[in-house]
Amino acid sequence: MMSLPEGPNESKLQQISRIRIDDSSRVPVSLWFASSVFWLLMGSVAALISSVKMHNPDFLGNIEWLTFGRIRPVHLDIVFFGWSSMAAVGCLLWLQARLCHVRLPWPLLLSGLAMVWNVGVCVGVMAVLAGHGSSIEYLEFPAYCAPFFAIPALGVLAANVKMYVTKESQHTYVSQWYLLAATVWLPILYVTAMGCTYFGLVQGVSQAITNWWFGHNALGLWVTPIAVATAYYLIPKVTGKPVHSYHLSLLGFWSLAIFYNWAGTHHLTGGPLPAWTITVGVVGSMMMFIPVITVAINHHMTMRGVFHMLKTSPTLRFTVFGSVMYTVASFQGSLEALRSHQEITHFTQYTIGHAHLGLYGFFSMIMFGAMYYIFPRITNNEWSSARLIKVHFWGSSIGVLAYGIGLCWAGWWQGVMMNDPAIPFLDTVAYIRPYLIMRSVSGTGMTIAHIAFAISVWRILSRHHFVMSGPTLFTTTRPAWREFVNEQEKREQAELEAQS
Amino acid sequence: MNRTPFVIFGVFLTIAFSLSGLVLIPNWQFQEHQPVVTAPDGSQYPVPYFGMALQGRDVYVDQGCLYCHTQQVRAKGYGGDIRRNWGNRRTVARDYMYEYPILLGTMRTGPDLANIGARQPSRDWHYLHLYNPQITSAGSVMPRFQYLFRTIKAGELAPSGAIALPPAFLAEGTHIVPTARGEQLVEYLRAQNRTFPLPEAKQ
Ligand code: HEM
Ligand code: HEM
Repeated sequence: MMSLPEGPNESKLQQISRIRIDDSSRVPVSLWFASSVFWLLMGSVAALISSVKMHNPDFLGNIEWLTFGRIRPVHLDIVFFGWSSMAAVGCLLWLQARLCHVRLPWPLLLSGLAMVWNVGVCVGVMAVLAGHGSSIEYLEFPAYCAPFFAIPALGVLAANVKMYVTKESQHTYVSQWYLLAATVWLPILYVTAMGCTYFGLVQGVSQAITNWWFGHNALGLWVTPIAVATAYYLIPKVTGKPVHSYHLSLLGFWSLAIFYNWAGTHHLTGGPLPAWTITVGVVGSMMMFIPVITVAINHHMTMRGVFHMLKTSPTLRFTVFGSVMYTVASFQGSLEALRSHQEITHFTQYTIGHAHLGLYGFFSMIMFGAMYYIFPRITNNEWSSARLIKVHFWGSSIGVLAYGIGLCWAGWWQGVMMNDPAIPFLDTVAYIRPYLIMRSVSGTGMTIAHIAFAISVWRILSRHHFVMSGPTLFTTTRPAWREFVNEQEKREQAELEAQS
Repeated sequence: MNRTPFVIFGVFLTIAFSLSGLVLIPNWQFQEHQPVVTAPDGSQYPVPYFGMALQGRDVYVDQGCLYCHTQQVRAKGYGGDIRRNWGNRRTVARDYMYEYPILLGTMRTGPDLANIGARQPSRDWHYLHLYNPQITSAGSVMPRFQYLFRTIKAGELAPSGAIALPPAFLAEGTHIVPTARGEQLVEYLRAQNRTFPLPEAKQ
């Protein structure tokens, strides 16, 4: 088995047990990851169609199932359920197995659950395209899709708890709390929200609160903790430095658990709700400064003195980018939640800019970083090309910065114009249009990045070629893949000829 | 000491609290809402949707209008909603007591529709606008909803429901008629009227 020791202190025995742990997660984790990358591509297609339709409404004009009001929720649902959630599950299974020092339980079952989840996304997307969506953001998939997500979520929870209670490591690492908590929260959130929504358990405006209690917590209590846990693992691992402060990380975890929960109503500011519900949301959002600052200090202080490693390590570069964006998006979010800020930005593209800085700049970038770390370990293979990784990094990072900053800027002024009744509404539409075109351009860059990533993933998974010459860093130069294969074929040919 | 049960229970509590505080308690509070009797004959506000407007709500949902339009008016002095004439008062919880699903929306790529029925009661305007938004609102980025209309070829009698398209938008010798879904959607839009002066929405 081709695997180098991780870190200078790893004994032979530890190395063997680590390899066995990684082996146990090979099939399920690869499956969750590969599916997520597939959905990332599908989500990008849906994103580009929605984006172009916002400035050229006649694009694919008269096709009912591609109308903006359907393809846009399809984008959101694919990137949330397909890409984000599946990537998160892959990450959490692998991480928890590693941190508990146990082999991943029930690999077959967990692989099966990935397929169930995939079927759920497929069915849901078809339903929304066919006009059976519910127009409830993040919960558009019809009720009959719920078991496809609820059952795997419970299965993942069971596997996670099993690993945690049978763990062989002596102490608990901070990431494990986040992972455990996220898997407890997701099924409760999802089942409660679907139940309340589809069985009429809540009436009137409470439906809207339920909607955003789910929507907000799905971001804050499901994908966010997993990405934070991943960064908490990867940054010390790659740099070889311990986490700055254990006590800070404890404070960070519990303050996130307590305050994020209450912030959902900041999505309804100015709406027809009693004022106290919004106030609770604003206070919750303000208190979020605590976990965000603690995580920022911990991650930044761990990086201190080793920033030069960003030049070489793809994992670290993606992860640190994501971790910085966590601070940025969250600070922005806390300010955005203030009533005076929401008066301007609530109904504008500003929200969309923030959404992508968060879910893409922070969460997705950390997932990319994690996959660059995990895939080589579970496949015993290396990334085929440093150039593809570069395309991925620059396409994604420049793309999301242009997208996020551009739309936050434009959204702010869109809101200012909208609040001034002297300006005709259609002028706000005309004002934002160039920025929407800019979004399509940066979205194209991001899509190209995703294609480069998918090619890399395809190559590392397919057994067509093995790269065994050490890890692929940004500074690695290798013959291009085609040439590599050609050469290999030539060599084999020569060997055959020599034999005959 | 094994702290696993403690952690899991704590994590569970955090979410149980927010569920009760944000969802269950307000829901229980709103259940006390009653419609207001508006006239001696006993008519009430709000009334549930019925007939074509009710069917039209499904069209509104399936076309995803919500992704670009809100149905909520913010209070006077908070944003430009009232000064833009999107309503004569803020909307409050009672306005939505019969809404299922509730379609508040979070995005104003297009204007608010909470009172579009009061602002724009004309069926003809809505048909033209849905058929091609450029006719009524040049420069809009709203898509055309031409699949909610049928084209009837020349040679037939001008059908009764044909919409009054400007000649530039109409192919020679054809007529455009809304489908049943198109009619339902327009009735739903015309039912969007939240101008009744509810006592709690005085400000
Ligand atoms: C302290 C942390 C944060 C706070 C207080 C916060 C606050 C907010 C606020 C006020 C909105 C605007 C809602 C609206 O106007 O409709 C929003 C939207 C959003 N935020 Fe955050 N945010 C935070 C962090 C994050 C992070 C880390 C992510 C990514 C994982 C994220 C993802 C989103 C998304 C996707 C939306 C759009 C929701 C939608 O309308 O569909 N936020 N956030
Ligand atoms: C390929 C690049 C992408 C482009 C061009 C793009 C474009 C868009 C567009 C046009 C919308 C609708 C905006 C509107 O309704 O006004 C949207 C919404 C959204 N996108 Fe993306 N997107 C991209 C990638 C992603 C990815 C990878 C994620 C998640 C990881 C994501 C998460 C979201 C979310 C959460 C929303 C809903 C925001 C809200 O309702 O406030 N997007 N995106």
